[in-house]
Amino acid sequence: MNDLIITNGRVIDPASGLDEIGDVVIAGGKIARVGKARPKARRTIDAGGMIVCPGLIDVHVHCREPGHEEEETIETAAAAAVAGGFTTICAMPNTHPPQDDETAVNYVIQRARQANLARVMPVGCITKGREGKELAEMSLMTEAGAVAFSDDGEGVASSWIMQRAMQYARMLDVVLMQHCQDPELAGGHMNSGAVAVRLGLAGIAAAGEEIMLRRDLALVERVRCRYHVQHVSSAGSVALLRQAKAEGLPVPAEAAPHHLLLTDAACMSYDPNYKMNPPLRGARDVEALREGVADGTINCLATDHAPHSAEESELEFSLAPFGIISLECALGLYAKALIASGAMGWPALIARMTVNPARIIGQPLGTLAVGCEADVTVIDPKRRWKVKVANWQSRSRNCPYDGWRLTGRAIATIVSGQIKYEA
Amino acid sequence: MAKKASSSSESTKGESGGQKRPFVWARKDLLGMDELSAEEIVHVLDTAESFREVSTRSIKKVPALRGKVVALMFFEDSTRTRMSFELAASRLSADTMIFTSKGSSVAKGETTLDTVRNVKAMGVDVFVIRHSQPGAPHMVSRKVDASIINAGDGAHEHPTQALLDIFTLRQRLGGVAGRRVAIVGDIAHSRVARSNILGLRKLGAEVVVVGPPTMVPSAITAMGCQISHSLDDVLGEVDAINMLRIQFERFGGNLFPSLREYSKVYGLNSQRLARCRKDVLVMHPGPINRGVEITSHVADGPNSCILQQVTNGLAIRMAVLYLVTQAGEPEIRNSKTK
Repeated sequence: MNDLIITNGRVIDPASGLDEIGDVVIAGGKIARVGKARPKARRTIDAGGMIVCPGLIDVHVHCREPGHEEEETIETAAAAAVAGGFTTICAMPNTHPPQDDETAVNYVIQRARQANLARVMPVGCITKGREGKELAEMSLMTEAGAVAFSDDGEGVASSWIMQRAMQYARMLDVVLMQHCQDPELAGGHMNSGAVAVRLGLAGIAAAGEEIMLRRDLALVERVRCRYHVQHVSSAGSVALLRQAKAEGLPVPAEAAPHHLLLTDAACMSYDPNYKMNPPLRGARDVEALREGVADGTINCLATDHAPHSAEESELEFSLAPFGIISLECALGLYAKALIASGAMGWPALIARMTVNPARIIGQPLGTLAVGCEADVTVIDPKRRWKVKVANWQSRSRNCPYDGWRLTGRAIATIVSGQIKYEA
Repeated sequence: MAKKASSSSESTKGESGGQKRPFVWARKDLLGMDELSAEEIVHVLDTAESFREVSTRSIKKVPALRGKVVALMFFEDSTRTRMSFELAASRLSADTMIFTSKGSSVAKGETTLDTVRNVKAMGVDVFVIRHSQPGAPHMVSRKVDASIINAGDGAHEHPTQALLDIFTLRQRLGGVAGRRVAIVGDIAHSRVARSNILGLRKLGAEVVVVGPPTMVPSAITAMGCQISHSLDDVLGEVDAINMLRIQFERFGGNLFPSLREYSKVYGLNSQRLARCRKDVLVMHPGPINRGVEITSHVADGPNSCILQQVTNGLAIRMAVLYLVTQAGEPEIRNSKTK
């Protein structure tokens, strides 16, 4: 007897190029069959009018545990993930203490297992304490289950250390995820430009991102390791990535929903919900990012879900921390930025949220291939809904999208054949 | 914005001649010049004009704010602005409380908002806020139900300084429309510059900001001003020169190679003054670094209106305190000098 059958949906599996009406059959936690036949199952979900696709993957989530459990825990982040249609999230290592050794990696894995919601895959620090000075124990963390390495929040400033990290990443066949930002140009609070000048806030120029990206591309060309660019924010970075790809050096890169939807003009109110790192930039950058995602220069979408407590949201803009939460509305945000705008259709969007991120982290996920883990998301592409942050699973509320009307959301999230979320 | 007042409130403004629709001040906060219309700016200036007379009386007090509590919240150091607001509030018969962050609970880690909420719990009508962080008064105004006056927020705005500068210009030049004003110095980190640019532009003046590119962000032109990197180039063409203080304490690092070079290239001295129009007005928001951005000879000379600015600051702050507490009330024009 099969466990679950999802009938009559538009089955989109970018990994195999599949896009047709059919059924997805799940048995023993694995994909048993995709097609038209309808064997019996313990549970049937009628997905008529819905999209059935591989479970969504977000490679950039801040779970805050350990250290800031008042803001988020691995359990609440995983609950927020499945409520947003995500079956896998990667936990960034800027926790307190930072995830920079195998014990910390084991802790994330153990807490994720206890939560038993989405898969939570640990990302280890590139350097000890995220200080950029000494390599962290990448081999031991990889053995323990770290799927990637990043000093997210900061870029690795030293070219010397970064080159060493790349050599290790190549040996271990793991990916380095870089938050590209030259630290000497990082002192500001928002995008450098007319709005920052008007508000009297110190700016963060796009050049700071592009300088480190250029450097890293030169190092990747030399070392040939797996390397991924986090939250690309500027038109200049998109151009650099496109050029690198044309010259035979394709590197994966992600875009965050806020960089695809908002500009620095939103900071005019001094609302810290618009304070991001990298910062919201100009309309030209938003346009370039959308084009970059559409043409595949940016092949991945990731939220940079960054919970902060209400106390921190009551601070002055310049004192408030960077980042916002969006796991539970990300799909609708991407649909607004990329599908409603005509930049792409659902199959292309789903590729950037499933098979592409799975390949970036080197995991056999993000596909409906028979025998694979039955991570499946059912999406109602036409569902119109209003963002109500107060009702979210996340423990934090720092989100600028409250009250937004979106179209498209996950109505069922299945991890290893088990329904973890149902709208 | 605020409620409408009855149309019976008669304007006493000289230049409005009673022909225009009566103006009603509707703002309970003064956060910046950004939000003010030209009409509102003129209204503050006119109100200040009538308050100026109070300071010439033998009993320099009016009961306009009797029973009101004004809290002066100085999260950042200030001499002039704080004393000016304090005297203005007491001339209007308000009770005042002064908070300075040194030796307060802020030093123990209390947030701005908690500090203000605690003081508010004592029953405060008006908060005058000086803060090192841009947008701090705006944040407070969203969360605290009281009138908020921005007395300088980081590098953002300092509206009462701009109002007193414009007031002084109007007094000395007869008006500001069509006049050309140079603002010289560290524009990037100056709230005085921003508020002046916004206010002067709204009243039809031209503004040129002067300084090296490290101090003059090119995007400042979006606020409607021009940029020059040469003080000598603009000297002969301006009606007033507002010299900003070099703020050693605000931002470290390489804004200019040396004080000596800066004062040689951008300092206002007698030789430069001689190349200006005879009646050019020399302004400075204070405190002055004598011998750096301005020489004593110029600062104390006949073209200088630096002390007049300070005197006018009192009238402007009385006007602002008065207006925000009367916001939207119909009796606005009649009660103030009784």
